[in-house]
Amino acid sequence: MRVTFTANGKPVEADDVWEGESLLYVLRERVGLPGSKNACEQGECGSCTVYLDGTPVCSCLVAAGQVQDREVRTVEGLTDGEELGLVQQAFVDAGAVQCGFCTPGLLVQTDALLDRSPQPSDTDIREALSGNLCRCTGYEKIMDAVRLASARKCQKVGTSE
Amino acid sequence: MEFLRPATWDEALAAKAEHPTALPISGGTDVMVEMNFDVHRPSALLDLNRITELTEWSITDGVVRLGAAVPYSRIIDELSEPLPGLARAAHTVGSPQIRNRGGVGGNLGGASPAGDAHPALLAAGRDVYVEACSVRGTRLIPIDEFYVGVKRNSLEKDELIRSVFIPVADGPQQFSKIGTRNAMVIAVCAFGFALHPKNHTVGTGIGSAAPTPRRAVEAEQYLQGVLEERGLWESGDLLGTEVIQKFGELVKAAASPIDDVRGTADYRRHSLAVMARRTLTWTWNDYSKQIRSAA
Repeated sequence: MRVTFTANGKPVEADDVWEGESLLYVLRERVGLPGSKNACEQGECGSCTVYLDGTPVCSCLVAAGQVQDREVRTVEGLTDGEELGLVQQAFVDAGAVQCGFCTPGLLVQTDALLDRSPQPSDTDIREALSGNLCRCTGYEKIMDAVRLASARKCQKVGTSE
Repeated sequence: MEFLRPATWDEALAAKAEHPTALPISGGTDVMVEMNFDVHRPSALLDLNRITELTEWSITDGVVRLGAAVPYSRIIDELSEPLPGLARAAHTVGSPQIRNRGGVGGNLGGASPAGDAHPALLAAGRDVYVEACSVRGTRLIPIDEFYVGVKRNSLEKDELIRSVFIPVADGPQQFSKIGTRNAMVIAVCAFGFALHPKNHTVGTGIGSAAPTPRRAVEAEQYLQGVLEERGLWESGDLLGTEVIQKFGELVKAAASPIDDVRGTADYRRHSLAVMARRTLTWTWNDYSKQIRSAA
């Protein structure tokens, strides 16, 4: 079947999609957006997290046909023009990336958290990221990155006002 | 395989009647795992995402009508007051991403004994009904008649779950779940408990410790008897350790768990007794406070 939807603001079209195929597969293999990672395929790890109509979801658990005419935003869509976006830069600066496999999901989930709650407590951060597994860093650097992103975001909002 | 995308509820019912083996998919948090791992290849997927009324809820005459696809995250945000037990259970489902997609309809459709919503639905009382619809009409299935076997429910092949009717809580409700960590955990076992002061009843629900979610009937009757005989609904006085202990033992006796990868039958029985005592203590303390502050 054919599936058409919006990915990071641009219309995309995927052909010959198998009916049981996941959104994650379509993104990675059919529309050239391999940023979202395929790790567990059962919603345990969060590496494939994307926004679907503004809500963070595991793209491995969304059937491709379910996104027809809907809006998807992936880690590739978190950039600020040609530059890294605020959350992405904070992860680089805090050294929160080791092998990098979990990072795209953490970035999307962090972006969603800070959107909803710009100054989250540590408990809020842990709760928000509880569905994103990292096997390398032990989460401390990730916590640092989220706090850094939060501080920068608040600063930015402060200066623009 | 076919992918059916009805735009309206009537179209969905027509599609299910025409394709009785089609597997409904909403949040996809169970169905897609089966697809990805090639566990199950249905003849068709019946996507319910376009049917917006499934994601709506309303309250009429003290009863919540909860759309089958209202995601757990919204149950937590919007329904913690009228449905505290279910909201607590919802909070233990998967992760934030999973809670953004999954809903009670999927738990009921899958009818896994480990589904987190079931103990809360059972505890909410005997007036909980699953609204099952088909082109033939609508019927309300009492929750006590809904679960019929391991991952089997009493839906007919042409039926879809439209909503669940759950009475608004009239007393404290609790939910407790055992797992290896706080997130992304299938229950080793779970227990839901609710006090219903209006009709002087209590509700229980056991998860992951029998072929189906089930009620601890004798435990409920024992506790109701004690509360009635001693006038505790009116006084809100202490229950005493003997009553709490006995209640825990009766809940434990109501389970028929198995040994599996998540835990042993013995552990499940033991932890059920602990969860029953704790949830009873928590809810009764809350109830006593309400009585005292009203006095």
